[in-house]
Amino acid sequence: MYNAFFSLVKRDLRLAFRHKSEILNPLFFFVIVVTLFPLGISPEKQTLAEIGPGIIWVAALLASMVSLDSLFRSDFDDGTLELMLLSEYPLSILVLGKIIVHWLITGFPIIIFSPLLGTVMFLTNDAIETLMITLLLGTPILSLIGAIGMALVVALKRGGILLSLLVLPLYIPVLIFSSNAVGSSMAGLSISGQLYFLAAFLIFCITLAPIATSAALRVSLE
Amino acid sequence: MNAVVNPNSKKQAKSNPVMTFIYYFASPKHFYRISGKLIPWLGWLATILIIVASIDGLFFAPVDYQQGDSYRIIFVHVPAAWMSMFIYMVMASAGAVGLIWKIKLADVIASSTAPIGAAFTFLALVTGSIWGKPMWGAWWVWDARLTAELILLFLYLGYMALESAIEDPRAAARACAILAIVGVINIPIIHYSVEWWNTLHQGATVTKFDKPSIHISMLIPLLLMALGFKLYYATVLLVRARNKVLYAEQNNRWVKEILKENS
Repeated sequence: MYNAFFSLVKRDLRLAFRHKSEILNPLFFFVIVVTLFPLGISPEKQTLAEIGPGIIWVAALLASMVSLDSLFRSDFDDGTLELMLLSEYPLSILVLGKIIVHWLITGFPIIIFSPLLGTVMFLTNDAIETLMITLLLGTPILSLIGAIGMALVVALKRGGILLSLLVLPLYIPVLIFSSNAVGSSMAGLSISGQLYFLAAFLIFCITLAPIATSAALRVSLE
Repeated sequence: MNAVVNPNSKKQAKSNPVMTFIYYFASPKHFYRISGKLIPWLGWLATILIIVASIDGLFFAPVDYQQGDSYRIIFVHVPAAWMSMFIYMVMASAGAVGLIWKIKLADVIASSTAPIGAAFTFLALVTGSIWGKPMWGAWWVWDARLTAELILLFLYLGYMALESAIEDPRAAARACAILAIVGVINIPIIHYSVEWWNTLHQGATVTKFDKPSIHISMLIPLLLMALGFKLYYATVLLVRARNKVLYAEQNNRWVKEILKENS
């Protein structure tokens, strides 16, 4: 089972590195969305520092959502997904492998790039550190919850907007706690409560989301 | 041809009298017959209760010492908000029953309950905002409960969008059931995170009606209205479910006989 899990992870990573746009496009999207806000609102340092945490988090959330398509789409189109359903290994474990790869190629680059955007938005150093921690805890949750939604719409031709309707309401707790943690650390307040919540939510999602995702895949591929 | 339940469950039904009973009433034919008898009773009771509660609430309940007469919208707002949560639970439970025991009727109930729930949620939001205008001086306040209610409306809309996007009704019912169950697990998390967010951002400005108790003369019309709303919901749900059953079973003999009688 571990063999199957790791070979799936390796295969998906290799596929992602052969289509570099799958890694780069969500990242560009993330950077562009953040750039739009100073242009749309104001370049004032104080305003940006106040809304920065929320904007960076909303952009990360959207970038994670628009990249969900790469999670199951190509495997669905060429029939690999069907074979995974038929394989002797538990589907939820295989699904977890795919989700981890999705996070590595979309969530992880965002974390690497976030200090840059934090600086551009005039966040303090403490806040940037918190931003990276919340992204580290939060983006896997986005991939895990998004996988459930993607599994529900993978068989549909025009699932894109529908996916955002299904997934965005479920992202709200992550957004609230993460951007609040960054804001609090800007104000010099303690952030352990928010981080504990995010960590607990992450563990909760790792446990249950793969099961829900595999159930949804079975329905979609019937 | 009268495929009521799948073969596995028929086997079960023989062994267990409770399941036999459930499968008997969950068969579309019996459901159609029994619900047809129930609907007028439920409908009239709901009408009477809602009228009595409105009259009691609007004319006989005492005036609130802080909010004057404008608090009277509570008799619509609070029951509607209760219904919005209750209906989501019904939807998710019916979906789970349909998913686990493959009872067709549960799928029908789940899918016909969603628009009613969305309507109640919308009603709660609208009355809340109308109430907010004289109380807070604004049509909308980012109050925790209002926001949580708005997110609940989004969950309903997502459910309905998913249902209408999948063509095969069986697959749609199962996909929606999974979504509803995921939603039910998330509702408390969303609710508490919104509440927490709100207390940090606003301070306790909106707890005016969080009085420890409500006077009995106000409570009676409130509960009557809540019961009336429940019965109204049951009536509309049965009417919608009957329609769906008829449509789904249109090629069966008993439906054709009913159609012949009524034409």
